[in-house]
Order: sequence, then C-alpha cells, then structure tokens
Amino acid sequence: MNIVSKHAIWWLLTAVGVFSLGIVALSRGETINALWIVTAAVSIYLVAYRYYSLFIADRVMQLDPTRATPAVRHNDGLDYVPTNKYILFGHHFAAIAGAGPLVGPVLAAQMGYLPGTLWIIVGVVLAGAVQDFMVLFVSTRRDGRSLGDLIKSELGFVPGIIALFGTFMIMVIILAVLALIVVKALAESPWGTFTVAATIPIAMFMGVYNRFIRPGRVGEISIVGFVLLIAAIIVGGQVAESATWAPLFTFNGKQLTWMLIIYGFVASVLPVWLLLAPRDYLSTFLKIGTIVGLALCMVYVAPNLRMPAVTQFVDGTGPAWSGSLFPFIFITIACGAVSGFHALISSGTTPKLLDNEKNARMIGYGGMLMESFVAIMAIVAASVIDPGVYFAMNSPPAVIGKTVEGAAQVISQWGFVITPEVLVQTARDVGENSILSRAGGAPTLAVGMAQIFSQVFGGQTMMAFWYHFAILFEALFILTACDAGTRAGRFMLQDLLGTFVPSFKQTNSWPANLTATGLCVAAWGYILYQGVVDPLGGINSLWPLFGISNQMLAGVALMLCTVVLFKMKRQKYAWVTIVPACWLLVCTLTAGWEKVFHANPKIGFLALADKFQAALDRGEILAPAKSVEQMQQIVFNNHLDAVLATFFIFVVVSMLFYTIIACLKAMRDQKVTTSEMPYQAMPTAKA
Amino acid sequence: MFNDLSRFGKYLGQAARLMVGLPDYETYVAHMRATHPELPVMNETDFFRNRQEARYGAGRSGGCC
Repeated sequence: MNIVSKHAIWWLLTAVGVFSLGIVALSRGETINALWIVTAAVSIYLVAYRYYSLFIADRVMQLDPTRATPAVRHNDGLDYVPTNKYILFGHHFAAIAGAGPLVGPVLAAQMGYLPGTLWIIVGVVLAGAVQDFMVLFVSTRRDGRSLGDLIKSELGFVPGIIALFGTFMIMVIILAVLALIVVKALAESPWGTFTVAATIPIAMFMGVYNRFIRPGRVGEISIVGFVLLIAAIIVGGQVAESATWAPLFTFNGKQLTWMLIIYGFVASVLPVWLLLAPRDYLSTFLKIGTIVGLALCMVYVAPNLRMPAVTQFVDGTGPAWSGSLFPFIFITIACGAVSGFHALISSGTTPKLLDNEKNARMIGYGGMLMESFVAIMAIVAASVIDPGVYFAMNSPPAVIGKTVEGAAQVISQWGFVITPEVLVQTARDVGENSILSRAGGAPTLAVGMAQIFSQVFGGQTMMAFWYHFAILFEALFILTACDAGTRAGRFMLQDLLGTFVPSFKQTNSWPANLTATGLCVAAWGYILYQGVVDPLGGINSLWPLFGISNQMLAGVALMLCTVVLFKMKRQKYAWVTIVPACWLLVCTLTAGWEKVFHANPKIGFLALADKFQAALDRGEILAPAKSVEQMQQIVFNNHLDAVLATFFIFVVVSMLFYTIIACLKAMRDQKVTTSEMPYQAMPTAKA
Repeated sequence: MFNDLSRFGKYLGQAARLMVGLPDYETYVAHMRATHPELPVMNETDFFRNRQEARYGAGRSGGCC
C-alpha cells in the first residue's frame, strides 16, 4: 500500500478532530452540542494512539516482542499469568478508573467546560497515557516490581524511602477526600444514606454465599446483588417519604464522618471474603456498566451544553474552589488527564499479567485514553445541567447563604440567572430536600447523569431514581476504595514502622494489626473531619491537596522514566517524559506554594489561619466556628494543611534533585546502566 | 458464528472475573499439569479463596482513581 492511502484515513480523522475542537473552542455565547466535545476527544485519542504511542513503543522504548515478560518467565497460574490483551485491558481499566476522573472535571466546570476539556485531551496524550505506558514498560522489564522498588533501584535508597512516605501520605489524603465526597453526598439525605447503608448487608449476604453456599460463583451472586441494590434504591425512596423512617436515616456531616471512620476501621479488619471482596465485585461491575451505559446514553441523547465555554471564575474567585486557571485547573483535574496513582497500578498487577511487551501500548496508553474519555463524560454531565443549579450545588453556605431565595439572588448576580422555584423544583425532582451547597462533585454529577439517563429511560418521573442510582454508584466504589485503601495503608504502615519496631511487621499479629489500622483510620479520619468542619466547605482545601499530591506522584513517575531513558542511552528521546514532568512540576510547585503562602485566605492555608487567629486575638468568633475551641481548631487545621503541602513540595524537590544526579551520572557512563532483567527469549512453542 | 459468539462470551466472562482479581481456573490447572505435574493442584474453591486473599492482602494499593 502506498504511503498516501495508508495515512489518508488518519489525516481525515485529524481533520475531524481539529474541526470539532475548533467548534468547541471558538463558540461564544451560543450553546453547542456535547457531541462536538466527544468527537474532538475521540478523534484526537485515535490519532495520538496511532502515531504518538507507536513512536514511543518503537523508537523511545523499543518494545521487543521476542523478549519474555514476567508473566511468561514466572508463570504460576496465579499471580503471573500471560493474559489475553483484551482481558488484561479490562482488568487494567477497572483498576485505574474510579472517583478521580468523575469528580475533578465536575469541580473544574466552574471555569466553564473549555479549560477542563482542553487540559483533559492535551494532558492525557502528552502526559497521562505516556506515564501509564512507560511505567508499565519499566516495571515489566524489571519483573513487575512496584514503583517504590523501581525508584529505589534506579535512583537510590533515600529517594526510594522518601517516595514511599510520600505515597503513604497521598493515600491518606485520597481516602479523606473520597470519604468527604460521600459525606457531602449523603448529608441530610435519608434516601441516599439508606441505599448506601443497605449495601453493607447485601455485600455480606453475597460474601456468605460465595464462601459457603457456592464458592467462586461470582457472576450469579453479583446479578442477585445488583437486583437487591436496585430494590434498595426503590425502597430508599419510600424511606425518605416516611415520617417515621426518614429521621432514622437523616444525619449531618459530623455524624456521617464518625460513622465512616468507625465503618472504615471495622471493615478493614473483617475477613475480606465477608464484606470487602463482594462489595468490590458489585462496585466494579456497577462502575464498568454505568460508564458504558453513560457513554451510550450520551451519544443517543446528544445533550446541549448549558455551561458557558469560559466563566468569569478563571480569575480565581470561583465559589467551589479558589485559585486562578493556572495552576489550579491542572491540579483540579488530576485523573483523566494525568494521575500519579496509575503509576502504582502500572507497576502492580498489570505487568505480572502482560503476555507480550508489545501489548503494553494498548493496555498502558490505550487504557489511560479510555479513562480520559470518562473524564470527558464527567465534564459534559456537569455542563448539561443549568449553570445556576451547578453553582447552587457547589458554593458553600458562606457565599450563597442557606435559603433558596438568597442563593438564587447571589447566583443570578453572577450572571447565571436562576429562580428559587427552579432550585426547589430540582431538589424535588431528584428526591432531596435541598440541593444547596453540596460541593464534592458526586451530587452534581448525579444530577447531570440523572438528566441524561432519564431522557432515555423513564423521563421526568425517573429522575429521582437515576439520581440516587448515580449517588449509589459513586458511594459504592468510594467505600470500596476506603476499605481497600485502609487495608493497603495498614500494610504500608506496618512495613514502614517495621523498620523501627520489628514486631510491627507481623501481619498476623492482632495488636500490630489493630494499631496500624487504627493509626491509618485516625490519619484519614482526622483530615476528613477537618474537611467537614472547614469554613470554606472542605473541598476547597482538600481537593487541591489531593490534586497536588497526585500530580506530584505523576511527576515523580515521569522523572523515574526519564532516568531510565538516560540509563538506556536513549536520552535523545527523553523529552517525551521531560516535557510533561516539567509541566507537572511547574503546576504543582506553584499550586503548592500558593496553597501555603497566598495572601488570600480563600487560597492560602496560612492566610486563613492568620485570619482566624487575628479574630481570636480580638475575641471575635467567625462563622462557621461557634466557640473559641472551634476557632483554635480551624487555626490548627490550616497549619496542618500547610505542613502537608510543604511536605509534598519537599518530596518532589528532593526527587528532582536525585533525578538530575542520576541522569548526569548515566550520561558520564559509556555503557547502558539500567537494572533491567537480562534478556530471555520468548519460548517459541506455547506450553 | 455460534462458535465465535461462545468464544466471545467466554472472553467476556474471563474479563469480568479478572476485573475483580480472579484469574482463570482452567488456565491454572492446565499450567500446573503441564509444568509441575508433581505438585498438588488446588481445587476450584481453594483457588477462589487463595485469589481472594491475595487481591486484598499486602502490597495492593487502593486503586481508587
């Protein structure tokens, strides 16, 4: 085939992508259809996959299909199994997709859909997918070892330990912010609380069934579990309307926080087969099913975007979170564009299942493109709802007040005209008492999803069902993440503490287990609690901390890949990782610095602490604090947040230092200095 | 065509199970028979329990986003 016809289809696709993106970027004042965003994203993904990932595979990393992968060399039928690439793609995607790509874009929509969309598309092609792909490659060439191990062996022992501590702190922040999202979604919502609470007995029933009645029959019991979940949503609607039952399931944020903390502790010390595993089955299948369903419905409904392309809040005065477009949009949308957490997955189970190096391209790069598409759907879902409703849901009471009349007035003054009646009606449509100040992404996304789903199934009357379905969908996998994360955090902590107190390492010792679990739960529980009592709504302080730490981890992973390229003597291609790593470092260091030192108390932790301290000194009490103790608590919490942000800055700067040293050393060496496993040929005949 | 369909269904089932960390039992048995005929082979229930413990044991990160 000649070169023109071989590439013609791709040129056409590029043209479609650029044209759609042009429509998305240049429309001002008129509404555009969501499908323009979807078309732009998908065409650009396909072209990037065809050319850029191939360039990385063939030139930069030089994938070698004749080289045996860890799955082939250590095949044991259990941990190391050469797996069909499509099946492995599903496994990898299910592991990386979660709350991150859904929540970040929803929060970012306060600046309009355009900045977020552009960052998701450009970020994934040049940074996120590159990171996932390359870490998968690096780990595969090193027996599927974990990110911490890889950093230890390529950069040195000290950076390895620093990265390990950093990873633990990131996990704590992630758990806290995820739990905060659940709290924000369930506060004062008997319907939501009932359905989420019902998942516990449902999961336990599934667990017992799988353990004793018909072990291993995951499929059939998951279908039963799904039917029970749907029943729980329907019953939840009755509960919310009942005068006797509704109060039993109505809780405020603080009560829910305590429940989640106790739940997190109990759930992570119970045997895994009883609660964690069956809920993981439910949440994974529900997650994948809902994502596929949302994609199909979105294309079928083809909704119009009602949010403006760019809002006035690009200047940093937004109500959901404060801070200007640069650097904050780039840390608010973490997963979906680039996420450091994926480096842990790409160096976790996936490399142990890879049947051939050449498939790393589809699984690493392709899997992340898919996740990015989820983020695109989330930003669309947030942009199809009435912007007035969006801002009513995402602004803290300190800004819009606690009544629909006040909120409608404030939001209309911003230029997003809305009446109190619409706010009341929206709440009634989704079966809630109020939709005001429900920042955190999940409820907003749920309204957007309910609007899309109800246009396909059931119309207006089904809105409330779909809203609570969406809330359940998110809460379910967030709880699974909390549970699994607490457990993983506990093992990490036992490992870390074990270096000082050897008895901690015994993972079958109950005192050691309970102490480590308690410490882990206390760590995220404390941060969660301070988020719930935070005067600016919690998301404003915790989401940026999460974004900063997650993007910094991505920066660290990309720096690791840079060092590997230098050691392989392929430094002429190192711009592939250096460019995104530099961008992430610039964004996260700027954002980290601003979060600590910015003079505006809505942005800077220290400025907010000073503001409350100054009021304390004058003997005043500032809302939402009601006592001197609470005032002191807020001052302390903000100092703590500042310390955390500083810690992350320290981690990333020290990693940069060690990276430069390692690269310089590699350049001085005449020969290749990577610590890859020696080449072993792929067996020719399959056993 | 029905062959293709049933193979597709099998793949789909395997993919769904691997998403929750359960590798294919038949592959495991075939592997044990082929390479370690002297070693005992877990029955399906033990295999399922072994994999369940492994997925949520030490060394697995939360994998939440």
